[in-house]
Amino acid sequence: MITYPFNYKRAKSVADAVEMLKNSPDGKLLAGGQTLIAAMKMRLANPSDLIDISGIKELSYMRASGDAIAIGAATTHFDVANSADVKKAIPALAYLASIIGDPAVRHKGTLGGSVANNDPAADYPAAVLGLNATVKTNKRSIGAEVFFTGMFSTALEEGEIVTEISFPIPQKASYKKFANPASRYAMAGAFVAKLKDGSIRVAITGAGPCVFRVPQMEAALAKSFTPDAVAKIIVDASGLNSDIHGSAEYRANLVTVMAKRAVAEAA
Amino acid sequence: MAVVSMTVNGKPVSVDTEDRTLLVYFLREQLRLTGTHIGCDTSQCGACVVHVDGKAVKSCSMFAVQAEGANVTTIEGLAKDGKLHPVQEAFRENHGLQCGFCTPGMIMTAVDMIRRKGAMDRDTIRHELEGNICRCTGYHNIVSAIEDASKRMTAEKAA
Repeated sequence: MITYPFNYKRAKSVADAVEMLKNSPDGKLLAGGQTLIAAMKMRLANPSDLIDISGIKELSYMRASGDAIAIGAATTHFDVANSADVKKAIPALAYLASIIGDPAVRHKGTLGGSVANNDPAADYPAAVLGLNATVKTNKRSIGAEVFFTGMFSTALEEGEIVTEISFPIPQKASYKKFANPASRYAMAGAFVAKLKDGSIRVAITGAGPCVFRVPQMEAALAKSFTPDAVAKIIVDASGLNSDIHGSAEYRANLVTVMAKRAVAEAA
Repeated sequence: MAVVSMTVNGKPVSVDTEDRTLLVYFLREQLRLTGTHIGCDTSQCGACVVHVDGKAVKSCSMFAVQAEGANVTTIEGLAKDGKLHPVQEAFRENHGLQCGFCTPGMIMTAVDMIRRKGAMDRDTIRHELEGNICRCTGYHNIVSAIEDASKRMTAEKAA
């Protein structure tokens, strides 16, 4: 499959990329390209320019401090999954990265790309919302609560580039997903975390049009952090995704099953 | 159109190509290295796996211009001096192929996983093969071939 024509440009720095975006009529950022290039091949996307930010050194790093681990936006899933720092500080995050796509996809795909794209079935949004992470851009810091605004949409503005995501280190956390057997995208994935301040968060990806929290489960887990506490809580199926892989009701059930498994592992 | 330069199987190449040329088409149609296959063209099947700067990637999901200046290895670059790569040899000995269409991608993926993980058990190999599909369903012998190669190569390295 051949994409529409476009102009390829390689950015040397974030400032460089911002300038290139400004100077192109309908430019798009290219990081790992594992979603964008597929969409372009299907001719679902037709950018005038592709601005490659994957080689920008200042965007590829992982820094652990006492309370958080900051990861540069162009860091690949492979590097996050294999980072000794991430494995030690937030093993659930390293695990999440290790089950995205397949090894070849993980060599290319990036954290920033996944989060900025906000695919309903992507894994990373669950960790960003589940850990109450902060998305840093070339302009500002955006809290996880307000970052994800809907299917494939985020709070990012025109010309705004994700540069880093800072994940608070929790007391405990776990991620469990029921992967689509062909694509490995989440049909439902639950990220459950108990943060250092004691607050409990349950973030669900894959089941709805956009990652969401389940307040009833969080309240139940605050009383008793056990799989049984969430076993009878079923989210409302209306508004959940329904496709050839599973109905909304099936996904609603998967949410409970994945949440139970995540709690069992984290507890 | 712009000239894209990279090293492919140890040889420098510079070819005029469109920005939108996928790496797999660049390799197959412009360099005539047709060992790299296009199976699904949607990054699911892994028949197009090559190594870019030592890492396995799906060449249908990256543009040739992205590999500017990179070191690319394809299935044609594995055998040295007329001698099969140990992974190729193990596929031959273990009957790790049926129709052979997925084989180049399977072998490139296998070489990559052995580089990263060394000797592996069958369970690990099956997980590592998540991105490669064999439509003959000949996985059993593919896994045997990789297990065999991973053990032999690790033993040789230690010796």
